Parts: sequence; C-alpha cells; structure tokens
Amino acid sequence: MEALVASALGLLTAAGLYLMLRQRTFPVIVGLTLLSYAVNVFIFAVGRLTTNMPPIYGPDVAGYADPLPQALVLTAIVISFGMTAVIVMMALGAFLESGHDKIDMNDDDTPAEGDAK
Amino acid sequence: MSHWIIAPVLIPAIMGALIVLIMRNDLLLQRVFSLAASLGLLATSVALLIATSQTVPEVYLLGDWPAPFGIVLVLDRLSALMVTLTGVLAVIVQLYAIGSGWDARGRHFHALFQFQLMGICGAFLTGDAFNLFVFFEVLLIASYGLMIHSGGKARLRAGVQYVAFNLVGSSLFLFALASIYSITGTLNIADLAEKAATLPEGDAALFRVSAVLLMLVFAIKGALVPLHFWLPGTYSNAPGPVAALFAVMTKIGAYSAIRFGVIVFPPSTPVTGSLIADLMLPAALVTLVLGALGVLGASTLSRLAAFAAVASMGTAFIAIAAFTPASISAALYYMVHSTLAGAALFLIADLVSDRRAHDGLHQALPPIAQTGLISALFMVSAIATAGMPPLSGFVGKLLVLDALRDSAALVWSVILVSSLLIILGFARAGSTLFWKAHASAPQDGPPGHPTQPLAFVAVGLLLAAIVALTVLAGPVMTWMEATTAELFDAAPYIDANRLPEGN
Repeated sequence: MEALVASALGLLTAAGLYLMLRQRTFPVIVGLTLLSYAVNVFIFAVGRLTTNMPPIYGPDVAGYADPLPQALVLTAIVISFGMTAVIVMMALGAFLESGHDKIDMNDDDTPAEGDAK
Repeated sequence: MSHWIIAPVLIPAIMGALIVLIMRNDLLLQRVFSLAASLGLLATSVALLIATSQTVPEVYLLGDWPAPFGIVLVLDRLSALMVTLTGVLAVIVQLYAIGSGWDARGRHFHALFQFQLMGICGAFLTGDAFNLFVFFEVLLIASYGLMIHSGGKARLRAGVQYVAFNLVGSSLFLFALASIYSITGTLNIADLAEKAATLPEGDAALFRVSAVLLMLVFAIKGALVPLHFWLPGTYSNAPGPVAALFAVMTKIGAYSAIRFGVIVFPPSTPVTGSLIADLMLPAALVTLVLGALGVLGASTLSRLAAFAAVASMGTAFIAIAAFTPASISAALYYMVHSTLAGAALFLIADLVSDRRAHDGLHQALPPIAQTGLISALFMVSAIATAGMPPLSGFVGKLLVLDALRDSAALVWSVILVSSLLIILGFARAGSTLFWKAHASAPQDGPPGHPTQPLAFVAVGLLLAAIVALTVLAGPVMTWMEATTAELFDAAPYIDANRLPEGN
C-alpha cells in the first residue's frame, strides 16, 4: 500500500508540475488542480497508513487512525476547491478581455482586436 | 482583556459580511461602516498593544479547546505590533480609496478590504501553524479580488499570474505542514518549539527539509529572490490603494519567518542549527541588489515603487537572517518604516498616474495638476524609502548596519551600494516626472483634475507617521528591544499556551 500511495503522489505531483509550466492558462489550472490533489493525498498519508482502525483513541483499542490529518485534509480540499474556482473565473476574465489565454505578461504578441483599455 | 484578542479578526469578518449582505448597493453606507470598522480595528489593536506591553503573552482558546489540540490565538508584543501596523495602514488606505474614488470603480471594494484585514490580523495573531495557512488563504482570496478591482486587461492577466503563483505557494505550505506534522505530531507553534528542541536523531533530515519548505513559503510571501517574481507585476498592476495595503502583505512573510525562525527553528536547536540563516542571508542580499537595480531601471512609477518594496524586503531579511536580538529589533523597526514608506510611495504613484496620460518614466510630459504638492510628497517619500537622512529609512538602515557589524565587509557594502542605486533611481524618476515636465511641450491652460483633498490627507498622514517614527525612534527602539527579548526568551510564549505536561 505504501508503494502505491507513494507512486501515486509522485505521479500526481510530476504531472501537475509539468502542466503548470505550460504557456496557456487552461493546462496551468489543471496542473494546479493535480498538485492540490497530490497535497491532499499527502496530508492524508502523514497520519500513517492504517486500515480498519477507529479514528478515536480509547483505552481498550489496539491502535487508531489519526483523526487530525483527516480534519486538515477537509480544510485543504475546501480551500483548494474555492481557489480553483477563483482562478478559473479570473482566467476566463483575462481571456475575454485580452482575446488570448497566454499566461505571460509580454504584450508584444497581443492580437490587435483585444486592445481594450 | 482576554476576549478582546479575537476582536481584530471578528470586527472585519462581521463588517465584511454585513457590507456584502446589506449595503451592497449603497456606496455611502459602505464607506461609513467600513471606515468605522477600520477605526474600530485600529482602536482595538492599540488597546491590545498597550495591554500586552505591560504583561506576558496571552492565549485565547478558540472554542475553549486546550492547546495543542485546539486552535489558539496568542497575543504577544510582536503580534500586537503587527496588528497595530495593519490597523494604521487600513485606516489611511481606506481614506485614500474613498478620497480618490477608487472604491467606486468596481463593486465590493469595501467588503473585500475588510476580509483582507481579517486574514492579515488572523495571520498575525494565530498560534497554530495550520491556522496560519487558513488565514493566509483568507487574505489571499480577498487580495485576488482586490487585485483585479475595476478590471482591465493588464490587471486581469497579472492577476492570473498572481493567483497561480500563490496557489503553488499554498501547495508548498501544505506539503511543509504535513511533513512537520508527520514528524512531530503537532502544529501548535509553542508545542512545535518544544518538540523540535528534543527531536530524535533519525527525524533530523526530514525535519530540516520541512523547515526549509516552510521558510520557502514565507520567502514567497516576503518576495525573496528567486521567489519574488509575483511582486512587481502584481503591485504595479494593482489599483494604487490596494498596492498600498499589500505593502503589509510582504511583512506577513517576514513576520512568519521571524516567528518560526526564532521560536521553532532557532539556531540553538541542534536539528536545524544555522541552516535557515545560511540560506536566507544570500537570498536576502541578492533580493536587495535586484530591488535596487529594478528601481534604477523601472519603466513606470508603479514598477519603481514595487521594486522599492522588493529592495526593502531584502534589507529586512538581511537583518532577520542574522537571528540575533539586535538584528531582529532593527528588522522590526525597518519593517514598520518600510510598510509606511512603501504604502506612501504606492499612493503617490497612483496620484501621479491618475493625473498623467501614462505613468511611464521614459518620456517627460507636461506638468500634472497639483504638481507642486505631489512633487513635494514624492520627495519626502523618496527620501524615506531610499534611506537618506533625516527620515526613518536612514534610522532603520543605520540600525540594521549597526546590528550586523560582524559581517560588515559583505553586508555593509551591499546595503550601501544598493542605497546609492535606489537614490539614483528615485532622482531619475523625480526629475522626469516633475522637473523635465516644465521644459516639455507648452500647454493650453492648467490641467484640470478634481482636487481630492481626502487623498492628500491620507498621504500626508502616512508621511506624518514616518516623521513620528523618526522623531520617536528612541522610545520605539526601546519597545522593539523589549519585544525581541520576549521573543528570544520563548518561554513566556510557550507558557502562555498552557500545554499539558509531557504530551
């Protein structure tokens, strides 16, 4: 299980990084999303991988699954979800205003029709 | 006093929500209530500052859950100082936004402004590393909205870059926090400090990696080279008052670096040792040089102000990287100064670009409206930012130099040479904007522009604060030294959390 989780994490991060370095906003956003998935799995895994364990500690249980990373990951999921929504809206706005979806700020290659003040 | 600790978070949170829900269509009501909330924040923060100056750090248990299991807010002198600085800046920037009419150029300015204040104050007050992340996100999501306030092509595209950069930063933050949690099993800052000091040998490597990851996140916020790329584009494209408010955002990076660098990863902890300082100092030196070169070569006045902000963060981080009480006190004084001076510069850049056809520095244009007053204000803020006598920039740099006598050869020469570059950059900008203007093409009649007295009052207040900081440098430094002493002792901060024995 450890190998599976670790390689999934590595794959998600690598794919996320690759897409993030692309030139257009859509792949960048997908890359950021993948990266946030990788983070979520990572947070989940730092509580140590356990199966069939209660999330609550008691005197008569043999072991327990750490509940705190589960709470942390919920927060992280909600936040990354909201942030993705924001960047999608902003990228859409930038695309509609400037007529292209390049992520860099070099305006020399800007099409003339998007030249709204 | 204890319940007042949450007030700097609650006041903007409640007011921001009320403004969205009830006053969304009435700009006058928004202005009145938002300004009232900012004034309330300022009053509360001053009260907290006075209260904490007389006692030890105080904890506020959210939901009455004890630390380290619940989230706590901790008020100590450092956080009170930063919250007060935020309060002062908030009131002034808001006056400017109202006076210059920026808040009418798009919707929801005041609501976003309040949410931004909530995030900033929360980040300064929290005593829990994960809660720090949450407040970072609160202030960031509000800053995304403020950054693209009133829209426009360049602003939106710069905004997308800014958001993308910070989303990567947030992912790094989570990676760092998660790996720290996997080693220590806690995210309470005081508890972390105790656990880090007694970490077993086997965890050292992983802990060092997570410590550096965490510092990287703060370096992104503090715009340290090579993680500064977001700052010039963001600050120069953001609306003037928003950029002025953002002047305190880089200080959050510096504040967090101080908080974690002194309490959790101090050089005395065997696991991390001088790792953080060794990495931070070269980065800070390069940041300062790059900022100075940026000031010299900036193409517009707002980019010049943005690079001046980068340079000031370089100076602050040089002082922080030494991690001695004297250097941290100097860094705190310099941070307060550079927040005020940076904000003043952004507001003046906005005054200029509002009256000029463009704010480019490549070409002299006819004199702008109210050119005399604006050029005088520019002069004062340029002196303060460049660190020339007699204003607080000079005092701040002197304190930094004095605290870093040990590494004088390298650090002194970098700071002094970069100061010269910054002075040259400002001189060039000032002469293009204000002097050559009189020699350029004759014009028909004086340029017409609304006077906007309130905007000038706001800039004047900032400059008055800088003068006050200069005149009161003695008492302020005494207070800062006491703050640093409390910070380096660490025991009062940790005791305030009332951690259970041997958890």
